[in-house]
Amino acid sequence: MFGWLEKNPFFFAVGVFVVIAFAGLIEIIPDFAQASRPLVGTKPYSVLELAGRQVYIKDSCNACHSQLIRPFKSETDRYGMYSLTGEYAYDRPFLWGSKRTGPDLHRVGNYRTSDWHANHMWDPTSVVPGSIMPAYKHMFTNVTDLETAFAEALTVKKVFNVPYDKDIDGDGKIDVVLGDSPADFEAAKQRALQEALVIAKETKREDLVNMVKEGKIPEIVALIAYLNRLK
Amino acid sequence: MQNPAVEYDYTVAKWFSYLAILFGILGMGVGVLIAFQLAFPELNYIFGQYSLFSRLRPIHTNVVAYGFTLSGIWATWYYVGQRVLKVSLKESPFLSGLAKVHFWLYFVTALLAVVSLLFRVTTSKEYAQFEWPLDILVVVIWVMWGISIFGLIGLRREKTLYISMWYYIATFLGVAMLYLFNNMAVPTYLVTGMGDPLHSVSMYAGSNDALVQWWFGHNAVAFVFTVPIIAMIYYFLPKESGQPVYSYKLSLLSFWGLMFVYLWAGGHHLIYSTVPDWMQTMGSIFSVILILPSWGSALNMLLTMKGEWSQLKDSPLIKFMVLASTFYMLSTLEGPIQSIKSVNALAHFTDWIPGHVHDGTLGWVGFMIIAAIMHMAPRFFKREIYSKKLLEAQFWLQTTGIVLYFSSMWIAGITQGMMWRAVDQYGNLAYSFIDTVTVLHPYYTLRAIGGLMYFIGLFMWAYNFYKTMTAARQIEEEPKFASPMAA
Repeated sequence: MFGWLEKNPFFFAVGVFVVIAFAGLIEIIPDFAQASRPLVGTKPYSVLELAGRQVYIKDSCNACHSQLIRPFKSETDRYGMYSLTGEYAYDRPFLWGSKRTGPDLHRVGNYRTSDWHANHMWDPTSVVPGSIMPAYKHMFTNVTDLETAFAEALTVKKVFNVPYDKDIDGDGKIDVVLGDSPADFEAAKQRALQEALVIAKETKREDLVNMVKEGKIPEIVALIAYLNRLK
Repeated sequence: MQNPAVEYDYTVAKWFSYLAILFGILGMGVGVLIAFQLAFPELNYIFGQYSLFSRLRPIHTNVVAYGFTLSGIWATWYYVGQRVLKVSLKESPFLSGLAKVHFWLYFVTALLAVVSLLFRVTTSKEYAQFEWPLDILVVVIWVMWGISIFGLIGLRREKTLYISMWYYIATFLGVAMLYLFNNMAVPTYLVTGMGDPLHSVSMYAGSNDALVQWWFGHNAVAFVFTVPIIAMIYYFLPKESGQPVYSYKLSLLSFWGLMFVYLWAGGHHLIYSTVPDWMQTMGSIFSVILILPSWGSALNMLLTMKGEWSQLKDSPLIKFMVLASTFYMLSTLEGPIQSIKSVNALAHFTDWIPGHVHDGTLGWVGFMIIAAIMHMAPRFFKREIYSKKLLEAQFWLQTTGIVLYFSSMWIAGITQGMMWRAVDQYGNLAYSFIDTVTVLHPYYTLRAIGGLMYFIGLFMWAYNFYKTMTAARQIEEEPKFASPMAA
């Protein structure tokens, strides 16, 4: 049989394809519906948080930081409750990382504050002596691309039915307001600016507060909004 | 043989060889820099934000995997393909034209990819960072290669596909499937008409995305760093040594075994994560089984040298290839060990993982591409290899570099893994995270030096290749087996 396949490239290629595709079909298909169900009460990211998540991605924070707490006592002691699949239901892409050059961040919002983050991103060794992480000063002057974050939120709402503008926790109020079309961007921007102002004030940095007041959100503020959300 | 000798067309094989050298130096240069950054963080700022570790790491991995390695794969494809099929690219103006377009489109895409990563355009998925417009270009390039493979097969005089051809075909099919599925994304601009046109959002969320990513990521390793490199060694080792492949049956078992088993092993990247437990265990088990086909190929190559071990002493090219095969064995033993759950609990997220990756990539992939290109050089240029001594020196320098690299990373990884879980007499964690970072400084330094040694070896390689092209003694006819070298 193999001798025959080696003289008949078409069937050889078909054979190879079937053999390599097999594992994928078995492993991926059965679990897909299951794993994408959100944990009860998990809310989608606000536009500002999503913008911060995009900053996290742009600067490849995931190259050194994981967001996956494994179910070991040594990990839950250090980082908090181990991670559950339903917590990731709105994570597109996932950001588990594969290397902890720095610590895990999946619940960093529980134990770090806005001003700690601002100090740390400006000069890591000022709060963690001996840190080998570089400073990310450009995030303090770059303006967040809120429009793309809004576009992403609108896209996942439309294409993947992510529950924006819905009452998720059953308290009768809409949890994360977004809107239905690009025309709603202005309102979304105003909401993001309000959220951003709170964080900018928490960082105790004049320059960040002033930028937000001028209607420009520095990337660091969006990033901190995202990091604070990780709980 | 009744056919007259075919005159092969090496134009595009040469171009891809130049590119492999160029991308090798670029990609590993960045690698050396980021390795030194971990030991000496001030080096993060030498080009402002453009030299931050997190910006450069994806550039390092992409340039080495998709620049250096793919160029090496295509350099050998455009050489080996013609020869094992007994047909020249010159016979088909279409295929030889396509080969040139393939090269240029690839070159332009590779440059765009580097620029896009430098300017923060990334999806963040490892080895799949490119945003959707680049993904489309990648698909076009890949389809061109497919046409090249099956076009040349259509014209072949040798009816039976040689073992290397099996592996090239598998590379083409495997990467096509994996790349397409993993990069499925919705461009946000196309849905909403606003925001950054380059931005897209993954089709999969959370654990699903992780599952697809590592099904891809692990098998990108399979089909870029393993399968096509086996294609190379099955051609170049028998050719350079003048020995027939030891066993056809072993190559059959290894090939079909590798194809079936490899894809399952992706789950070992997700052990103790939130993907279902049965999948993690499947990943573990199949990773262990993977030793069989991997060692099958490697042993088949080593046994090809049976009775001819004196060649190992005499020829640096045989040295490179035999050691490549040996590193392949080391790395395919180490991988399964790390996939066992209790070991993975210790090793995952630590430097042992990059250590593992690099004994495979530097030892196996790098050495095989270096050897293949130096074997082809005398055939390209009708000159002998410029300097055997230089090649020997390169071999020893780079081998020492690899050993330094992986030993320091093993120690670093296990040290860090142990410290993360260490507790004091009351059961509290013994170390804060930063303690587990500062302790690694000496190992990071050693690793960077090991990497630097390998990097210097690349310049020796480039120089030797350049001199072979321009200044070495000319030879009358194409050497049949062992490549001629000046002392």
